[in-house]
Formats: sequence, structure tokens, C-alpha cells
Amino acid sequence: MAAKIETETLTGDINIPSIQPGATAHYKSNPAKEDHNKFLGFPGARVENWREAAVEHMGELLGKYKSLRVFMDICVRCGSCADKCHYYIGTRDPNNMPVARQELMRKVYRKYFTPAGKLLPDSLTGASELTEAVMTEWYSYFHQCSQCRRCSVYCPYGIDTAEVSMAAREIMDHVGIGQKYCNEILGKVLKVGNNLGIEPHALKNTLEFVEEDVKEVTGADVRYPMDEKGADVLLVAPSADFFSTPHIEGFTGYGKVFHEAGVSWTVSSYASEFANFGMFIGNYDTMKKVAQRIRDAALDLGVKRIVVGECGHAWRVGYSFWNTLIGPFDFLDPKYPAPQHICEFTLDLIRRDGLKLDKSANDEFTVTFHDSCNVARGSRMGDMPGGQFEVPREIIKAVCNKYVEMDQNTIREFTYCCGGGGGLLTDELMDLRVKGVLPRANALKEVMDRHGVNTMAMICAICKAQFTKVLPNYGIPMETVASLHQLVSNAVVLGGKIGV
Amino acid sequence: MGGLSALSILFAAMFYAAAAALFFGFLSKIYQFAATPSPLKIPTAPAPTTALGAAGRVAGEVLFFTSLFKGNKWTWLGGYVFHVALALVLLRHLRYFLQPTPKLVELAGPPGVWAGIIMTAALVYLWIRRKAVDRAAYISLLADYFALGLIALIGVTGLVMKFVIRTDVAAVKSFIIGLVTFSPVEMPADPMFMLHLLLVMALMVYFPFSKLLHAGGVFFSPTRAQVDDCRERRHVNPWA
Ligand code: SF4
Ligand code: SF4
Repeated sequence: MAAKIETETLTGDINIPSIQPGATAHYKSNPAKEDHNKFLGFPGARVENWREAAVEHMGELLGKYKSLRVFMDICVRCGSCADKCHYYIGTRDPNNMPVARQELMRKVYRKYFTPAGKLLPDSLTGASELTEAVMTEWYSYFHQCSQCRRCSVYCPYGIDTAEVSMAAREIMDHVGIGQKYCNEILGKVLKVGNNLGIEPHALKNTLEFVEEDVKEVTGADVRYPMDEKGADVLLVAPSADFFSTPHIEGFTGYGKVFHEAGVSWTVSSYASEFANFGMFIGNYDTMKKVAQRIRDAALDLGVKRIVVGECGHAWRVGYSFWNTLIGPFDFLDPKYPAPQHICEFTLDLIRRDGLKLDKSANDEFTVTFHDSCNVARGSRMGDMPGGQFEVPREIIKAVCNKYVEMDQNTIREFTYCCGGGGGLLTDELMDLRVKGVLPRANALKEVMDRHGVNTMAMICAICKAQFTKVLPNYGIPMETVASLHQLVSNAVVLGGKIGV
Repeated sequence: MGGLSALSILFAAMFYAAAAALFFGFLSKIYQFAATPSPLKIPTAPAPTTALGAAGRVAGEVLFFTSLFKGNKWTWLGGYVFHVALALVLLRHLRYFLQPTPKLVELAGPPGVWAGIIMTAALVYLWIRRKAVDRAAYISLLADYFALGLIALIGVTGLVMKFVIRTDVAAVKSFIIGLVTFSPVEMPADPMFMLHLLLVMALMVYFPFSKLLHAGGVFFSPTRAQVDDCRERRHVNPWA
């Protein structure tokens, strides 16, 4: 990290910039190494006939994904999505307009899969062969999409650029053009059981450390068990929850909630990762394999329920895809949703008056809530559509006295991505990450200035890691970033209730 | 077809070819959309939790362009006015296809003329928008201007026949009824009508090979049409 990244001054307003073609064409994720690719079943390096192979694979995906099939044909280039992407707003590069990002694939689609594109000159149809230059664009710009789905909200046909990015990455992987960050991590989770590569003994140490810490601070014996057969609940958290700040404060909170609920729980050293980067690379089989470890662990430990921690994209995979990928969950207790989000668990306990809470413990904080994109636009909580917005807010309001919403156009279904999701949370993309946070940073800045907000709570491991790293570039301290269950953890009065 | 002029035969033949291209082209795309599997549940959340709710969501997109309204009010205005006017114009044109003219179609007559004017104006507005907004200009392809221009020309030739060089409406009607009943008659020797019809046939052929497929595709977009019942009902991926 050499030069300081140039940032705009926060004004509190989100402005749509004029286009600056090519502004970020040079951004490039590090390519995956041979063994990263091979381990996932992809060619180690770019194959000889990559062009034909890529086009052929695109044809295969068009036959397997209705989304891709329909989205390639029906975009009218109305531009409703064009100014909705945080990366466009932050970088001004027109290829970061969602429709333009899709067009990078659509022009190739036209060339090889439409009668007009095959017969007529490219200048008339806007078709393009899959040239080296196009592949360079693909690799750059499909790794400038965090798959946050904000564009999809505003599209008259619901065209979701995330689906296109996933397909593009899958095609690239298929011909040996992998991205290091995702593919290396997927190797770790499939070998060791988590993205960070934490071995079981190290995980055990961490859990003991948390246990001791809670004992020291509160005097209570709250357990943080690992691999305990016969526990009621298997807790699957993003592995960042075991090490990073403020993630671990949230993890501490989960344990306190279980403790107060009187529910026995355990983490699994075999499946100690909720994150599933298989989604980011659009590879169905990899996504399934990563998820499969969790099903296997649940069966092996004989648990009755699966509860999952604060992780945005993983909640999308868990909520929306698990039932398809690794279901049915007929071996779990049908009384509870499978999987259940820790927020659902906690709120349920609060509603049943099963947690004694001291709100004043959070009085130093004026809190706002950042809706994480995959939770907001790719999942649900509770029984009602939109529960994913209300459940976390209800918890925060139960544990804090001072709560403020950010601008309406930046929350709930309209939320802006943190700028680091979708497999982009890597150092070489720091420029992009800093620029991509701009709209969220402005919305946050506004409530900081106007309402004295000093804490932004969230339920996503990637959001937490991204914000703590990039917000300081804009003069917002990293301590502003909080886990939702960190606030819960602060407010829980241990031993205040008998389990309900 | 014994007594028909060569020109009438040519137009009749072209009309049938264009109609076939539209019908079979569109149908095959719709079949393709319908037949392609959805491996996973991907409704854009928050999404309806019942099939009825999802149908309502899609209906909202089709009838009111709800998401476009969220996205850009000015584009919505232009797009919505255009589509409603187009619907009225089409309804009015049924008078040339149906004998006797149904009451509803008759009622659509006078507003249909206004709609023709408004539709053409909306297309001009949408064209200017594409040129004036830098983002829209960047993403606009020749195909986008082509579609706008083609439909606008159809509108203009239609309006010319109404207001400038009046065409023989009765002759047009008998010609079209002849076509749709597969017993073609002599076509009116009106160049403006011929041009109008030629442009319409071009649009018919163009339709299934272009972005105009959004007209059918919108019903198949999984992010809008799917029901959010992921935990309650197991969605099975047919190919895994
Ligand atoms: S909003 Fe949808 S139809 Fe309009 S340009 Fe974007 S992707 Fe295309
Ligand atoms: S999914 Fe998000 S990051 Fe990707 S193009 Fe759409 S708005 Fe931008």
C-alpha cells in the first residue's frame, strides 16, 4: 500500500457523477495460482482454446440458468440501474454502471448466440467477439461488482447484475482464469473447514480465550463449546467472528444469548465457517461442497437446530440456497426454521421476555444500522417479507436507547453495499474498496453530523472488515463499526433470567 | 388470388412472412425462457411469500412499471406514457381487423388518435433523453435508436394518413380483413399506407430478435416472479 488513496470529501450527500470512461480499467485482482484453481477442479492456468471453451461454457450456463437466459435478452438499456451502483458513484467509470457491466457479457452473447449477431456486422448489432481485450475487461469489471443486487431493485425487469457477474466468473474459472482471493480461500475452507485456515486446536484456544474474557469481565461462567455431541444447537459463524474486531465482540454476544436462553450449543471444528465464497465465483458445485460440510457436521454432532452468525452473503446462501443445496433438513427439529439466524433467535428470546437487558450499558452509543446487501436483497428473517429489516432493528431498539436511521434511500432494500462484498475484500482492490464505500460513508456522515451518531451496527463479517479498514480514509474512526450482537452483549445482564 | 395485382400479392406475401416471423420467433423465445430451469431461489428481497403475491408483483411491473418508478421518475414518465399510448393505438387499430367493429374498439377511436400523437411525442422525448443524459448516451446502442426511430416513423406515417393525406379507410379495412381471413384483396394504392405497412412489417420481424423481447421476458424474470418460501418449501434444482 504505497500512495495514499485519494478520497472525496464527505458532504453527507450522495451525488451522481458524470462519466469518466476508463477510470478504473486498470484495476485488477491478483490471479489465482495454479494449485488454487486445480484444487477446485478448474484448469491450473488459462487453457489453449480458452475462447472456444469460454463460449461453449457460456452456452451451457444459458441452458442452466433462467436468470442468465432471460437477462441476456431483455435489457432495454433504459438506464434505471445506471446510477445505482456504489462503484459507479465512487469511481465514475461508466463500465461500473450495472447495465454497462452486463453489456460486457451481452455483447459477447450477441455475437455467438443471436441470429443478428452472427449474421450482421458488429457495428450494427453491438456484438463483439471474445477477444483478449474483452477478456481483460471481463476480468477487471466483473471483479468490480460486489454482487450486492442494488441494481436489480430498480430494474423494470429485475435484471440482477450479480447473476451476470457470477456467470462471468464461472466462465473465467472454467477456462483457467481464476481470482486468487476467492479461489485460495475456497481451498482453505474445503481443506481446513474455515476461510482463515484456523486449525481445530487454535479454534479451541480462541473459544477458551473468549470464555475467560467473559468470566473476567462479568464473573459469569458462559461456555463457548466446540464439537460437543448432543448439543441442541450447532452455531455456524463466519470465521472472522473468532479473531477480528468487532466481530468477536458479536460472537461473545451470541454465547451470552445462548447462555441466558439455557440452550446448549456448540461450534464445529469441521464446519467452522458460515461464509460461502462458492456463491461469489458462481460455481454451484463448490458452493454445495462448502455448504455440505455444515450438514455433515450437524448430523455428526446430532444437533436439533442450526443457528447461524452475522454474515451477509452467507445468510443469503443459508436462507435462500441451503434447502436446495443440502436440504431437506428433516433431521432437525421442525419447530424451528432451518437455518435460523442468530438475530431471529435473539429477538425471539427478547419477545418472550427471556433476556434481562440493561439498555443504559449502551448509552455512550448513538446507533445507526447498516443493512447488509445480501441480507436486505437476498434473504428474509421471520415470517414477513421485510423481516430482515425489522428483526435487527427491533433488537437494537431493545438494547440501546439512542437509535437513528440513515437516509431512506440508503437503507432497507435500497441499502448501499459496504464496497467490499462479493469476493473483493482483498488488498490489491483497496482503491476500489475505498471508492465504493463513498455513498454509505456519506449517508453515515450525515447522521454523524446531524444526530451525533457514533456507532454503525451491522450483521455481516465482510461489512465489518471492510468498514473498519476503509472508513478511516474518510476520517471516520474504525470504532464506529460495531457488531449487532456486540450491543446485545453489552446490554445482557447475565443470570438475569432463568432460561425460557 | 387470381385477379390481384403483383404489388398486392407481394404485400400479402410479405405480411404473411412477417406475421410468421413474429409468431414463431416470439413463441420459440418464450418457450426457451419457460423451459430454462431455475437452479436456485433468487427473488429480489423483500419478496412476496405466496404465489399470488408474486403474480401481483409481476403484474405491478407490467401494468405500472413499479421498479422503474423507483429508479428514475423521468424515464418512467416517458416510458409509461409511451406504452399506455401504444396500447391505446393498438386497441384502436383493431377496427381494421374486426368486422363489425366492437363497441370497445369504437370507443377507443378518438382517444386512439390522441394516443398516436402522444406516443410519437414520447418516442421523441425518449430519444432526446438518450442523447442528453451522459450515462444513457454511453449505454445506448444503435439498436436502441433503431427501435425508437422505427416505431416513431410508424406513428408519423399513421398520423399523416389521419391528418394530412387522408387514406381510404374502408379500402384499408377490406384489405386487412382480406389478409387475416386468408382471402387477400387488392390493396389500396396509397403510398403512405404502403410505407406504414412496410414499417410495421419490419417491426414485426425485428421484434423477436431484439430487446423488444422484454414484452414477454418480464414474466420470466426469476427475481420478480419467484416466491420467497425458501425455508418453508424445498426448491429442487432440476439439474443437480
Ligand atoms: S434497469 Fe434493467 S433494463 Fe434498464 S438498463 Fe438496467 S438492466 Fe437494462
Ligand atoms: S450487483 Fe451491486 S456492485 Fe454489482 S453492478 Fe449491481 S449495484 Fe453494482
